[in-house]
Amino acid sequence: MPKKKITIIGAGICGLWQALTLVRAGHAVTLIERSKKPFEGACSFYAGAMLAPFAEEEGAEKLIRELGLRSIELWRDTYPDTQCEGSLIIAQPRDQKELHRFERMTMGHERVNESRISEMEPDLKGRYSNGLFFADEAHVHPHQSMDFLLNAAEEAGAVVHFGRDEAPGSTDLLIDCRGIAAREDLGELRGVRGERLVVRTEEINLSRPVRLLHPRFPLYVVPWGYGFYLIGATQIESDEAGPVTVRSALDLLSTAYALHPAFGEAEVVGFGAGARPAFPDNLPRIIVKGDHIHVNGLFRHGFLLAPALAELTARYIETGETHPEVFS
Amino acid sequence: MMLEFYGIGISSRLLIGTALYPSPQILSDAVVASGSKLVTVSVRREAARARAGQGFWELIKQLDVHVLPNTAGCKTVKEAVTTAQMARELFETDWIKLEVIANDDTLQPEVFGLVEAARILNEDGFKVFPYMTEDLGVAEKLVGAGCEVLMPWGAPIGSGQGLANPSAMKTMRAYFPDIPLVVDAGIGAPSHAAFAMEMGYDAILLNTAIAKAGDPVKMGRAFAQAIDAGRLAYESGLMEPRDMASPSTPVAGTPFFNIDSA
Repeated sequence: MPKKKITIIGAGICGLWQALTLVRAGHAVTLIERSKKPFEGACSFYAGAMLAPFAEEEGAEKLIRELGLRSIELWRDTYPDTQCEGSLIIAQPRDQKELHRFERMTMGHERVNESRISEMEPDLKGRYSNGLFFADEAHVHPHQSMDFLLNAAEEAGAVVHFGRDEAPGSTDLLIDCRGIAAREDLGELRGVRGERLVVRTEEINLSRPVRLLHPRFPLYVVPWGYGFYLIGATQIESDEAGPVTVRSALDLLSTAYALHPAFGEAEVVGFGAGARPAFPDNLPRIIVKGDHIHVNGLFRHGFLLAPALAELTARYIETGETHPEVFS
Repeated sequence: MMLEFYGIGISSRLLIGTALYPSPQILSDAVVASGSKLVTVSVRREAARARAGQGFWELIKQLDVHVLPNTAGCKTVKEAVTTAQMARELFETDWIKLEVIANDDTLQPEVFGLVEAARILNEDGFKVFPYMTEDLGVAEKLVGAGCEVLMPWGAPIGSGQGLANPSAMKTMRAYFPDIPLVVDAGIGAPSHAAFAMEMGYDAILLNTAIAKAGDPVKMGRAFAQAIDAGRLAYESGLMEPRDMASPSTPVAGTPFFNIDSA
């Protein structure tokens, strides 16, 4: 089958994976992005970038786990800095029931006691007597990995234009990865606001994402290396992408402080918020409208789903095969 | 007799909170499966800036049920009143579930602020549904402030303990025979809901027990059936418990009746 001229709109995590996958499959790929600077308008720029297919099943459908597991393989094959340290779930003593519920709702974990927890994360020694360890989960640094994907796509021959949102006239296929910006075309799409902050501290060292369960303010901390930590994230039914509110900042900071008092001395490096695109079932979709293909609705699972969705798009273009739960 | 709030008939006695669901689709499926005709929606953040929660609100509208906006998370009278006014504009209803929270740890109502906010809102034309405890003194003040519905908690919000103080709940029912009483918060299992309905409570409002269930859609049905059963039992008149066994057939004359061991 002859290779195609493909234009991808939107250079967030979804569009970057589409670009890299399709250019490596031999297509002539142009990636265009409205914002002038890379990743400025992308909600994935604010992501935690955990690759947690098992833990996410606490509040998501089985499809997320299935696509997510495939994505981890693709991340590992593609991006050498994929951190495969697993992830740890803990709760304060009075929230142990949240831990039981989490255990019941998910798979791929083992129960760990205080000594296992302190072997894995010495700085949490003596603070948590029970936890769940998801050995097969991973994480990446969102900005570094997005940079990597962009450079890799360009090295493989993709043409990239920032500050542009019109597709060139001669293109066989348009792959629309604009996230919430595609709402005018996709009526059911809505925004779900996520807020997070970044802190820096030398006083605590974590080597894997840690989630602290709480009935109202569940929180995760993702180590970015060099003392940087992402603390996230709120989940608010709103497509407002404006600055973090004081209330959300208080929630995030006080929960981080509860996770470990060392966060009390950390420097706040940045606050940020994005509107994550979601369909009513919070599941991703690939919507084929002739030669215009939407890949959207990645919700809070951008990094977890983007590689697998890119693979599905590439397979569809190659063979016409459609995954029944993703394509419509 | 159909449940009525401020003169509006509601054909289901299960009222559902819309937070914490895995997705709006599952929320929608659970509401449909439960037959609930009234959902409560938190206004505080969705609407916070630039009416930014429209996507979610559109999905709620499609459910075609009564919407009771709430002021969840408000800690002061001013906050609650402002949120209520925002809700009236956004949801085009004068109904408001009024929450004024004392602190984030217990989520107890701050009853002084609650009564004050209820008075202000009632004067402003709102139909107020106050979230409260079973305290009768506070209840009377709320009725005095114009509330025609009272919503005592069964137990703290999200705790799933059921009715922590059943005798106070019974007293409240007896004290306010003609005011619709809704158990708002604390219900964890369908049996808790049935128990409250057997006491004569008019409806149950709950969120976490359905939203965080392994299968929220099925749990919605379970609550609907328990609430129906409790209501039917109340309407039919429950038997009074007795201290001793009371055989349902006469024992005298029963063959092999042993007089020595009787």
